Amino acid sequence: MQRGVSQAATAIAIQGLTKDYGDIRAVDNLTLSISEAEVFGLLGPNGSGKTTTINCITGILKPSSGSIRVGGFDVRIQGREARQIMGVSPQETAVYQYLTGKENVELFGRLYSVSKGALGPRVDYVLEKVGLLEESGRRVGKYSGGMKRRVSIAMALVTDPKIVLLDEPTVGMDPQARRSVWDFILELRDKGKTIVLTTHYMEEADELCDEVGIIDHGRLIALGSPTDLKEKYHARDLEDVFIQLTGRRIREGA
Amino acid sequence: MELGRALALAKKDWKRIFREPAFLFMIVLFPVMLTVAFGTSFGAVGGSQPTSFTLGMVALGGNSTSSTQFYHDLQATGVLKITGYSDNATAQSALSQGKLQAVVLLPASFDETVQSFRTYPTEPSAWTNSTLSIYLDRGSALTAQVIPTMVSQVLDQKVLRVKPTVQALPIFVSSPYQVAAKESTVFQSFAPGLFAFASIYMIMVVAQSFTGDRENGLLRRILVTPTTSTDIVMGSVISYLVVGLFQALLVFSCVYALGYVPVGGASALLVGFLIITVFALCNIGFGLITAAIAKSAGAATGISFVFLMPQLFLGTFVGTALSSTAQAAGRFLPAYYVTDALTSLWTRGAAVTSTAVLTDLAAVSISSVVILLAGVLVFKWFGKS
Repeated sequence: MQRGVSQAATAIAIQGLTKDYGDIRAVDNLTLSISEAEVFGLLGPNGSGKTTTINCITGILKPSSGSIRVGGFDVRIQGREARQIMGVSPQETAVYQYLTGKENVELFGRLYSVSKGALGPRVDYVLEKVGLLEESGRRVGKYSGGMKRRVSIAMALVTDPKIVLLDEPTVGMDPQARRSVWDFILELRDKGKTIVLTTHYMEEADELCDEVGIIDHGRLIALGSPTDLKEKYHARDLEDVFIQLTGRRIREGA
Repeated sequence: MELGRALALAKKDWKRIFREPAFLFMIVLFPVMLTVAFGTSFGAVGGSQPTSFTLGMVALGGNSTSSTQFYHDLQATGVLKITGYSDNATAQSALSQGKLQAVVLLPASFDETVQSFRTYPTEPSAWTNSTLSIYLDRGSALTAQVIPTMVSQVLDQKVLRVKPTVQALPIFVSSPYQVAAKESTVFQSFAPGLFAFASIYMIMVVAQSFTGDRENGLLRRILVTPTTSTDIVMGSVISYLVVGLFQALLVFSCVYALGYVPVGGASALLVGFLIITVFALCNIGFGLITAAIAKSAGAATGISFVFLMPQLFLGTFVGTALSSTAQAAGRFLPAYYVTDALTSLWTRGAAVTSTAVLTDLAAVSISSVVILLAGVLVFKWFGKS
């Protein structure tokens, strides 16, 4: 893959992250460094700790121990500064059903204090990139699941954030929509943005990710580029890598 | 706190209210339906005023052919119940006691005027001119609209037998005098309580809004932007203060159309609306507490009644029909002071600087702010996840 920007600087640094829910350890001593201008994939079955990790990065969950720095800001101490440079599309399709697609995206632009003059063109740009510009005047309640997911991505990207967190971004999308979202993600990466995504789709990780981290039972069990991991484990694809590491398929659950 | 963010969130709430049928019903349609239902059941429309008006008639010149004809022609309209009075003082007394809605005073020269016009319809110089006076109960806007028009039409078309407004006439119908009736309808005593009654359902709307956003992951999503909890609360405060004022104007329009005319001037109206608007803070607070307790939007509907029902029964017009103990208990609720303030200002005509009104204003303001702060804290501790 062609890379437009140097990967030298660290966008997200996770050090010894542990998150417990009572007796259950969702994330176990995770240490990870994600470089600027790369697409990083967190792979793992349901319940493996991917979303908990994302929620800790955004600051919505407080880690039981460990530290996270986003763009150099400590999420616990400088949460507001960290959130200002992040765009987040959560796993659930969190969109306002009674607002139009455009109004949803505009609202999030306002929440990031994007100026009125810049907001209009930016909203149209991201909606066009996710293939929803023509439909953006309709209320989201009338959209299909895939369209809602695309609005959610547009909401995360309306501020042109340095760091983008996408939790299962293409679930429920048709192949054409998925392809346009992939293209947009790669375009962002080429513009120097850092994208962290979680996904169940191995071909998505293969296609998009410069580096992947495979998580199982809250622990990072493999880290590297898809090509390196496949070579290392003599695997056809990342699914095979996961099977060799855990003895089960990724969709069988944790 | 950043005002731009709070305003963006407030705008979003307004769109929800006007786009989601359940919210539209609770905020807009319910107050209108409630007011109309009570208005037709207990007061103005369908009660003592609109479909049948009580009219007193005084013929200062005694009964004559013309006055008798006028009496029967007015009676024939089918919407006027007319009682003849031998003197103006007795008729005015009945009007001020609320037994009549209007009094028509026929001048002593009424018969002479009618006859002169009929004899010389095209010679104004030959007419004996006179003035017919109308006195109206000022507590009924509908009476003021209907009776002068009806009297003029019957006079022109039946008594003088001319087409309306085609020529000068010898009888001038004076601008109606408005008289405050000493006895008010049940609706007039209920009307101030309708404002709090309609407003307290905002508790349910706020609770459903927050729990719904939490269930759908929207609250969490907003909190991963630079938006703070303060921005979110301020957005709700701005939004529902405007909604509270809008609702108050809506209810006011309805009660006014149904015959409730507040006494007191512009200052009384302004202070009244201020009190209702401030009361919205209290409803936001209770809504936040409800949202903190409820695990879902459905549960929020049920739990909101815990805060809603006591205020509904003890703090609105319903309380006037309850025991003295229940009425005393109402004094612990903000809605009681809203209803009391509006009754003092708009029904009794108390001055805005009177002790009663200032006490009510202070009670509503302080309790609303305290409940709002409590709601914010409880929601912050227990309600965000």
